[in-house]
This record gives sequence, structure tokens and C-alpha cells, in this order.
Amino acid sequence: MSLLTVNRLNVRFHTPDGEVHAVRDLSFAMAAGETLGIVGESGSGKSQTMMAVMGLLAANGRVEGSVCYRGEELVGMPVAQLRAIRGRKISMIFQDPMTSMNPYMTVFDQMAQVLIHHEGLSRRAARSRCVEMLEAVRIPEAGRRIDMYPHEFSGGMRQRVMIASALLCRPDLLIADEPTTALDVTVQAQILDLMREVRREFGTAIILITHDLGVVAGLCERVLVMNGGQEMESGPVRDIFYRPQHLYTRALLAAVPRLDEQEIRRLATIEAAGGARAAANSLATEAGEAAAPGETVARSEPDPSAPPLLDVSDLRVHFRLTPPSLFAAAPLLKAVDGVDLVLRPGETLGVVGESGCGKSTLARAVLRLVPATTGRISLLGDDITTLDRLAMRTHRRDMQVIFQDPLASLNPRMTVGDIVAEPLHTHYPRTPRKEVRDRVSRMLTRVGLGPQIINRYPHEFSGGQCQRIGIARALVLEPELVVCDEPVSALDVSIQAQIVNLLMDIQAEMNLALIFIAHDLAVVRHISHRIMVMYLGRVAEISDRVALYERPMHPYTQALIRSVPIPDPDRERDKAYRPLQGDLPSPVDPPSGCAFRTRCPHVVARCAEEVPVLRQVGDSLVACHEAERVRAAIDRGEAA
Amino acid sequence: MLRYTLSRLLGAIPTLLILIALAFFMIRVAPGGPFDTERALPPEIEANLRAAYHLDEPLYQQFARYLGGLMRGDFGPSFQYKDFTVTELIGTGFPVSLRLGGSAILLALLIGVTVGTIAALRQNTRTDYTVMAVSMTGISIPNFVMAPLLILLFAVTLGWLPAGGWGGGAWNHMLLPVIALALPQVAYISRLTRGSMIEVLRSNFVRTARAQGLPERTVILRYALKPALLPVMSYLGPATAAVITGSVVIEQIFGVPGLGRYFVQGALNRDYTLVMGVVVFYGVLIILFNLVVDLFYAWLDPKVKY
Repeated sequence: MSLLTVNRLNVRFHTPDGEVHAVRDLSFAMAAGETLGIVGESGSGKSQTMMAVMGLLAANGRVEGSVCYRGEELVGMPVAQLRAIRGRKISMIFQDPMTSMNPYMTVFDQMAQVLIHHEGLSRRAARSRCVEMLEAVRIPEAGRRIDMYPHEFSGGMRQRVMIASALLCRPDLLIADEPTTALDVTVQAQILDLMREVRREFGTAIILITHDLGVVAGLCERVLVMNGGQEMESGPVRDIFYRPQHLYTRALLAAVPRLDEQEIRRLATIEAAGGARAAANSLATEAGEAAAPGETVARSEPDPSAPPLLDVSDLRVHFRLTPPSLFAAAPLLKAVDGVDLVLRPGETLGVVGESGCGKSTLARAVLRLVPATTGRISLLGDDITTLDRLAMRTHRRDMQVIFQDPLASLNPRMTVGDIVAEPLHTHYPRTPRKEVRDRVSRMLTRVGLGPQIINRYPHEFSGGQCQRIGIARALVLEPELVVCDEPVSALDVSIQAQIVNLLMDIQAEMNLALIFIAHDLAVVRHISHRIMVMYLGRVAEISDRVALYERPMHPYTQALIRSVPIPDPDRERDKAYRPLQGDLPSPVDPPSGCAFRTRCPHVVARCAEEVPVLRQVGDSLVACHEAERVRAAIDRGEAA
Repeated sequence: MLRYTLSRLLGAIPTLLILIALAFFMIRVAPGGPFDTERALPPEIEANLRAAYHLDEPLYQQFARYLGGLMRGDFGPSFQYKDFTVTELIGTGFPVSLRLGGSAILLALLIGVTVGTIAALRQNTRTDYTVMAVSMTGISIPNFVMAPLLILLFAVTLGWLPAGGWGGGAWNHMLLPVIALALPQVAYISRLTRGSMIEVLRSNFVRTARAQGLPERTVILRYALKPALLPVMSYLGPATAAVITGSVVIEQIFGVPGLGRYFVQGALNRDYTLVMGVVVFYGVLIILFNLVVDLFYAWLDPKVKY
């Protein structure tokens, strides 16, 4: 008998704007101990399917069809009965471990509730079970930490605690809704590793909901691809990845940049593949895809002899924090601690690192949005480090920025036309109105939106369209440098592909220099000429894109690259690799010497004493005492 | 925690000084004086009186003298109630006001939170709409209108409760003034609770608790109530102060011998020291209530640490 059978499931929501049919005629079955991946972009209905299974839909949601758990019908089951299954037979963990735990209760209080209600245990008896389970998910010092509040744990640790709470009653089925999306790649690798272990040790069946094909490739046995509430395709994982039948699956696979590719291939967009999304993004299709998807394109290379556009030397940004008590000294947060970089016209510098490594602060300091503590920033040969607001303004024309959250970075009360025209009004207040209108229209057309939208407001557009508006605003002044701070991380893969293609096209056309900050290493590799890896405010390694991924020198770079799941089941499963352990140390109190030594598998005594300086090793600049030895070990095939 | 409390108390000193200075000079600017009666006093007697109370000195000297007295905890003699010092008057009036205001705020909290939670759980149903409509009415009607209406209904028409007086704090004397004081607070607290409870019930951690199969009672009482009460807590400091100062009107209407009555009469009679005394006392009280609420907040929210 199968563990869970979903038959012709339909989910509808009644909203003031009419009915939304979120899940359409979905059917699937899974056996005990199986791992099923459900893949889809936002709005594909993948999460709502699982909410329907758990009976947790919002009040305006209606379910039709059948969900059978071990022969018991869950649709229409009285809530009291359903409660005996939730958390005991079927458990669920969610995307955001930061908000999914109650911040006002200790971890123990929250975990104990599950055992008290499902197994009638006393708090005392529950305690040892909870500690045991926390140890099983590798929470260090579980006996002590169990009495702490969620905010005292890091994101990765919180997700471990969530998994521990979900497993307390040894459920048959664990539903994980985007469990690693909010986490850094290194932590994601740890959590995925833990889920493999859970499957092995407890024999729990897992349904993994995700948008990330790489995550599915490494963990799942079967995959179900969803789009627009419907099943597009389902089957064993190797069939889906190596012999995709449906156009949508193929398009999805072609839309993600991959770390293991040699050439730069133009990313496929879903519209080009004739997917169901075409209607929703009809405006964007007018962009006119120059090269056919999948085709390799010749990448424009920057002229190495050109004078540098941006020259940053020994940049430090330190923040004074609020002192912990009245008389204590204020601690110093060294967000950026001695970074040098040179950027030439037409070049893209990718900046990667875990959250908290200082990459966004670096970008803001370069833009003079936060003051540099020490160091020198020069743009087009002019030192701009200490210019006042007024003098800075003329330089701001040459440096623009694109932000992460496309909608939040546009003023909701301004029309699209006004938003894009604003930089012109600020920097060239005497531009005739007709010229402003012409330039705005041209720019909107260039980013694939067309001039007819100038009187509409940001909320009328999708995330990808809003990001195009943001790009138009940044480019309308024809700047030399654009800083992109995680410009695609809030977007679905197919939209991400469109935006990346657009940025690359425009760069070639305008000879723009880009600083591209992202946590997705595959996207960074795809778009960048050179890549800088940061760790705790310092540069770990700088190298050109090919060398960095083929011959990473710094142990941290190696760990980062190996943490990225590859959307290829065989290669992903062959990766004999133990993920980087532990979390990023506190930047307020970094380790002595090399900041990475606490997590480094190659650590030697010297690392604790001496801060490694950036030096040339092979094709790369590396800040590691042991780079040569580490490199040699990797070449000999010794797993880190 | 102790250090935080101390620094907050030290920080209150400038606030109090500004308050004292403002009150001191403003009441002196107000026309009239403590010895203006319908029948004018002979000039010699008035001069004597003024000298006795140091009113003939320059204003800054009087201010310095007043501050000096405050340092020693001396609010000075009352001009009107000549046999009492201001300290004694506050000592007799404050317990009455505290009892009245305290009961009102407790009642408001109890009813407001319960009603607000119920409304949140039955969001957008008839119960919810009724509760919210009633509470809107409660907020809109000022207590000097509500109080006479209550007297009219329960004392005059039905004759169940006394129309005024304190009766030494007997419950039947307290009931009407407490209700009149509590009603607007009930209304406000219930709306506040409803809003924050709805938000908390939509939060991810409540979804987690439900996904773990916990019963709805546990979800609401153990998971949702505490965070939903945080905004109510921050309102409670100013609310308690408002209820105690708001009782100025209520005490006058119901003839309750509390601090508010002295305040009103003191102001009318230009009883400088009495008004000053009550102002300073209220000021200290408001600062203290806000501090207590902030300390309580730290206890409720583990992320807040002092």
C-alpha cells in the first residue's frame, strides 16, 4: 500500500478579485521511505498542494479530490482527527527558519509541546527525548542550548531545530517546503546532508518542495514538475534530468546557469520555449531575444590595457555598535577590512561570499552610500573617498545601482515614467520635457518593456518586470559603472535568466562595468569576467571566472563551489564531499590570524598567528598560507 | 537590568526639571493669585500673607526656594487648605485615585484582551463586527458624557447604585466611576488586541504550531497570546497614567475625594503649591509607569535585553 496517494486534487481560493485555481487535477502517489521532489516556480501550486494535504489552507481555500494517507482519507477529515496525524505521522518544515519558530518561547518549550500533546509525556520526560533529537541533528551542546530562544541560534541551526521538532514523533512522512532557500550554500549543503541522514536513520519518506533543480538532483528519487497548478511531468529523477519529455521541464533545465559548464551559453527563457508563462509576461517577450536560447555566445572581453574605471585600495568600513552595557567599550564591527580592487570599462566583477561577509557593505562603500573608515576609492582617476555631497553628485551620474528587492526599491506612489525620469531630473534639471520623455521611452524599450507603460504604477508589474524598470532607472543616465546587489536572487529561474541575459546584452552595448553581487555562484560565474570571494570582510581569492571554478586555490572557495548542488543527478551523487562545517564566526570577534581557520580542513599552526596576505598563486590572487599545498592535495584527489 | 533602571531614572531628572519649571512659571503667569477673593483683603494683611509665603520675593528666588524644598521632599504648605501641607493632601488623595484608576485599568485589561481575542478568532463574522462597533462607540463617547449617563441610568432611574460620594471605598460607590473610567480603555485595548492577534495568527510560527498538530487552545494561549499582548503592554504605561489623570473629571463628577479633585480646586483657587505638588507627583508617576512597562516588556520579549 502506498504511503500517500493524491488523486485529482484541486485547490481553489476565493478572493475579492475572483477565484484562483491554485492546484488543478493533481495526482501522485508515493511509497514509504521514498523521496519525492516537487519542482516549480512561484505560483506553480507546489506549496498549496502540501498545505491542502496537511489541511492547513487559508480560510478562503477549498479542496476537492482525495488525499489518502495509509488508506485514510484526509480531505474532509474532522480537524480533531487531523491533529493526531499532523506532527505525528506527517510533519512539515518550512522555508524561513527565522520566522517559523516562536520567538517568545525557548526551543525546549516549543519542542516539548509536540510530545506533551501527541504522546502525553510530562515535561520532564519530554526533555530527554528533545535533547536526544537535537543531538541527532548535530546541535552542539544540545543539553544547554535547548533552553535558549530561537534568536540565539543561526539560520542553519534553526533549520536543524525545526527538523528535530518535526522528527520527534518519528513520522512516516516529512514535507519540507523550500527548506534551504533562505540559507547560504554552505549551510544548505549541511542541511541537505542532514536530510539524507534522516532518511537513512529513520526511514522517513520525504517530499521536498523546491525551485532549485540542483537540490532535487542530489536528494530525490522521483521528481514531479509543476507549473500553473498542474503537473507538467513526473518520473524517476534520471529521466527528468536526462530525458525530459515536457517542453517546460526542458526550458527549466536550460534556464539555470550551471557551474559545470565550459562555455557561456545564452540562458533559455521560458517564453522562448513556449511555456505556459507566456501570457503572464507578454510584455517582456517584446525584448526580442537576439540569440536563440542555448546557443553559445562570444563574450565581450574588457580591454586589459584600458585605464581602470574604478580603483579601490585598502578600503575599510568599520561600524561602532551599541555598547553591551553602560560603561563597556563599543564593539567594532569590521564589515569590510582592507579590500583592494580594480575594475576596467566593460568588465564584470562578481562578488560572492556567505551572508555577513561584507559584500553588500563593500558595494555601498564604493557608491559612497556608507562612509569608508579608511582607504581610497577613485572613479575615472578622481579620488572620491572624501568628497562632500555636492561634489559627489556629479560623480553619481557615472555610478548607479540595482537593488535586490525589485518592488520595494521602486517608489509605489510614482509612475514608472517618473521613476525612470527621476535621475534625469536630479542630474540634468534643465533637460527639456520632450527629451526626458524620449530618453525614458527609449530606455524602457531597451529593457524590453516599451513606452506604453509610463503612466502605470510599480505594483501592476511582476517581479521580473519591476527589475527591468529598476535597470532602466539605473541606465538612463548612461553610467560607466553599475553596482548590482543581488539583482536576481528574488526572482524565479526563468525570470532570472531573462534579467541576466538583458544585463549581459546591455553591458556589451554600452561598455558598462558591473559589480555583480550574488550568493548564487552559478549565476556569478555565468555573468562575470573576474570573481572575488569574500570572507568576514576580507578578500579570500580573486581570479578570472574560468580559473576560479576550475582551479580554486583558497580552501574557502573550494568549499563554496563544492556546496553548490549541480542539476545533474549522477554528478551530484558522485560528489564525495563533506560539507563545510559550522557557521560564519561573528564579525565582531573574528578569529585571530586567518579568519577562515576555524572551519578550514587544511589548518596549520601558522594560520592562527599570521593574517595571510593576498598573493599571486598560479592564475589567482589568494589569501592563504597553504594555497600550494591545498591545491596539490586537491589535484591528487584527496577529498577535503 | 539594574543598571538600565538606574540610567533611566537619572535620565528622568532633566524631564522632571523642565516639567517643574514650565508648571511653576505658567501658573504664575495665569491672572489672579491665591488670596484674591470676592471681598478684597486689606492691603496690609495681603502684604503680610504674601511675605509669609515668600510671594514677595523675585520669581527666580521663589523657584529656587521651591526646588530646594522638593530636594528635601517638601512640597510646601497649601494656600487653601491652611491646616495641611501639600504632602499630606497628596497622601490622603492619592490612595483613593490609585484604587479607582488601578481597578479601572485592570478591568479594562481583562475585558479588553478577552473581547479582542474573541473578535480576532471570529474575524469578519457578526461577533467581530458587533464587538468592533461597540468599542468604536466606547472610544467616541467622552467620559464626561458617559458618567452622567451612567448616573442617570443606574442611580436615578434604576436606583441600584449611589450617584456619588466615596463611602470609604465601598464597592457600590466605586462601581460607576470605575466603569466610566474603564470603558474607553476597554474599547481601545480590545481593538489593539484584535489587530495584533490577527497578525500573530497569520505568522509563520503559528502555522508551524498548527502543522505540529497542537490543539487550537494551546496555539492561542501558549503561542499567540504573549506576542499579541506586546503592543497592549506598550500602550499600558501611558494608559495607566491617563486613567489616573483622567480621573480628574470623573472624581469631580462622582464627588470622589481623590487627587484629581485637589488638582481642579487647586487650579481654580490659584493654590500654587498644591497645583505644583500634584503636577510633580503626576510627572513622577508617568515616568515610573513607563519605566515599569519597559521593564515588563523586556520580560515578555526575550530579544529585548537591558
